[in-house]
Amino acid sequence: MINLISPFKLRELGILGMNRRNIGLIGTYNQRCNYSIADNKLATKSAALSRGIPVPELYSTVERQFQVRAVDEQIQALSSFVIKPAQGSGGKGILVITGRDGDQFIKSSGALISISDVKRHISNILAGLHSLGGRNDVAMIEALIDFDPSLKDYSFEGVPDIRIIVFRGVPVMAMMRCATKASDGKANLHQGAVGVGIDIGSGQTVAAVQQSALIAEHPDTGIGFDGLEVPYWSQVLNLAAGCASMAGLGYLGADIVLDRLRGPMLLELNARPGLAIQVANQAGLRHRLAQAEDIANSTDNQEQKISLARKQFTQSKQTEAQLALDIY
Amino acid sequence: MVSSRVQVSLIAAGLIILGLGLCLYKAVNLGFPLFPGEYRDVWTVESKISFRPSRAEAVEVELKLPTMLAGWSNVDEYFASSGFGFTVIAPSKDNGFESRRARWTRQTLERPTTLYYKQQMFRANQAKALPDLPVSEVSPPLLENDRQAAMARLVDRLSQQSSDRESFTGQLLQEFLRQSPDQDSLFLLGSYQEDSLVVIMDVLAYKGIPAHQLRGIVLEDGRRRQTLSSLIEIHNGVKWVIFDPQNASVGLPDNFFIWQRGDGAVLNVVGGRDSSLEFALVSNSLPVKTVISMGQRSEQVDLLDFSVYALPVEQQGIFKGLLLIPVAALVVVLMRVLVGIRTSGTFMPVLIALAFIQTTLLVGLIIFLGLVGVGLWIRSYLSRLNLLLVSRVAAVIIVVILLMAVLAVTSYRLGLDQALTVTFFPTVIIAWTIERMSILWEEEGGHEVLIQGSGSLLVAVLAYIAMSSQIISHLTFNFPELMLSLLGVILLLGKYTGFRLSELYRFRDMGSPQEPRL
Repeated sequence: MINLISPFKLRELGILGMNRRNIGLIGTYNQRCNYSIADNKLATKSAALSRGIPVPELYSTVERQFQVRAVDEQIQALSSFVIKPAQGSGGKGILVITGRDGDQFIKSSGALISISDVKRHISNILAGLHSLGGRNDVAMIEALIDFDPSLKDYSFEGVPDIRIIVFRGVPVMAMMRCATKASDGKANLHQGAVGVGIDIGSGQTVAAVQQSALIAEHPDTGIGFDGLEVPYWSQVLNLAAGCASMAGLGYLGADIVLDRLRGPMLLELNARPGLAIQVANQAGLRHRLAQAEDIANSTDNQEQKISLARKQFTQSKQTEAQLALDIY
Repeated sequence: MVSSRVQVSLIAAGLIILGLGLCLYKAVNLGFPLFPGEYRDVWTVESKISFRPSRAEAVEVELKLPTMLAGWSNVDEYFASSGFGFTVIAPSKDNGFESRRARWTRQTLERPTTLYYKQQMFRANQAKALPDLPVSEVSPPLLENDRQAAMARLVDRLSQQSSDRESFTGQLLQEFLRQSPDQDSLFLLGSYQEDSLVVIMDVLAYKGIPAHQLRGIVLEDGRRRQTLSSLIEIHNGVKWVIFDPQNASVGLPDNFFIWQRGDGAVLNVVGGRDSSLEFALVSNSLPVKTVISMGQRSEQVDLLDFSVYALPVEQQGIFKGLLLIPVAALVVVLMRVLVGIRTSGTFMPVLIALAFIQTTLLVGLIIFLGLVGVGLWIRSYLSRLNLLLVSRVAAVIIVVILLMAVLAVTSYRLGLDQALTVTFFPTVIIAWTIERMSILWEEEGGHEVLIQGSGSLLVAVLAYIAMSSQIISHLTFNFPELMLSLLGVILLLGKYTGFRLSELYRFRDMGSPQEPRL
């Protein structure tokens, strides 16, 4: 017999369902015309740069098929880089090259590929293979993130990124996504990556979940999640909250990575963030969204929104007390 | 948000009530049965007479109308005769077997013209035999010497192989069906320069067997541009016996509608040339009650009757299928919004389900899985060739068509007719499915392909089951206004914010933390 939870219980827990997310949040708070910044990574990047929000360095873009031939010269000089479609969704079509082995390129998984494989990947991106609705797309060649060594062991191969849900400028919930062997170095939770719920107040771990089962340590690296505290946490929250006004979206997910030298950087924005973050936090979004609504109605000041959110959404008593002192 | 919600609820409620109300009105006041009871196949036959005018001459078109024989019963008939004088000529009293004739006349005519005669009928009594006909004197055909000699030899040979008129006729038909007829028959066929039927009639006359043709239509649902075909009726000395010259079988085929019993032209056009007579056919399963009352009712409530029967027959056949699509769309919406099944492509399952209707379920499933499987395999090779996306998808399309052709030809050779229905699968959709699936495979792994693939198939099968249900096709075709109610339900579902069934599983552990939190 399949084990199901009663819908009443779910409602009591404040779990947000896909239908309510689509109608009540995305349909209500995200204007169609404002999707363009979040849906196009190139647009995200230029908007972020104009506001001084740090992003990974863009080496070049490939917009037309004939330019693919010239890619050789551009990337011969690079030892590591990332190629991604500007309008890709759900992390599709991202090729991470971490190093070189003679003429070959080393993928993040360790596999070797040739320059013609790289070019084919770019051609596919241009033809719109990874994009929503198969539209023609642009390939971006970016710097590989030199990620913060303090988080190194929490991820197998890939880069751990931090997803923060921001509702009307108020950070509501956060998680870190750690790639595993099972997820093939990708940070997709349904492929077996670990979702680590992060306390909004403190930046510390709330819970860690793999395939919706609670775990205590990383299945591949063996490191325990209980000691984890995201560095630069208030910067991270600031960055995420700043993205909301930049993109003009009432409900969005900001994906943030921590660079060793440059600190928190915006990786991409998501106008339709998924629901798995609730499992990673072992908490529902709906109650928090209602509180965030009150916060957003009470103030327009970004810093106030963040500090109120940190106070209200924290799950640790100690932080609560600490933050209470900070505010008054 | 509130206002849009209220709007949707109001519109949806209005649509649902309107649809149900119309449906109820038709059921109660007009006597349309809501539930299918005993069914009769009602055939609608649309005869299309087309011709070009000859220069400066009065035009007179005369069509012999069918006499209802063999248990057939007329429900309704309709003539389209714009700009023509029109009369129906009743048969003269003294000749009981002559049929009615429709006559269109016009003084001058410039353009090529098409005239229509539409008729609805059903077979009330399968077992009813044809009425007896008086046997007339048979006069042998007038022939030249060489033909006469050939015919004599043929008749002589066939007579030796047969015992009576019936077996003679059977032998004769077999003779002309054979791949290699003997020399005499070949000579007759060659020198007549005509259809073998004419030769056969002459041979029968030569032998002295009373015979005539039965002209009529082979009934095939959804068929267009059907032409008249012929049976042969001979008198065996006691009664009339029908033969089918196509396969020399005896008796009236069930799917043959007799238009005219006896020789003579069905269509006469004076003052026109290049005339042709074609038929479009469609069959509807209708409850007996409706059939019986259909004739009177259609005149009384023309305006209120929204039923598709008002359309020309060719469009009726198309609408029969189209009206089922909203049901399939509803299934997709239910499955995605309430259950949360992931499918590859939102309405791809509907297209697959439509193909299943043509192929039947099991055959369709096998063909679909086969095509997608082999396609994926070939696609995995194409991906190594480093092609541009559009050419690659085009290549997959061609490969899919080739696969279909190979499948059709080999299965036909093996005698498996069902696999011929492979052509009903939408090629481009299958090619894109293959492309998407293979990308999915590369990016997310075979697991995700399996989930989305089986999700799509499951939804397609459910949509197929809904569309092929007799009650549902009865309701959609007879009460198209129910589509309004369906629209209302779909609008309401579009505002559903509750949980999906799949989410009850996805978040199953949220209520009861298994371990102490970190």
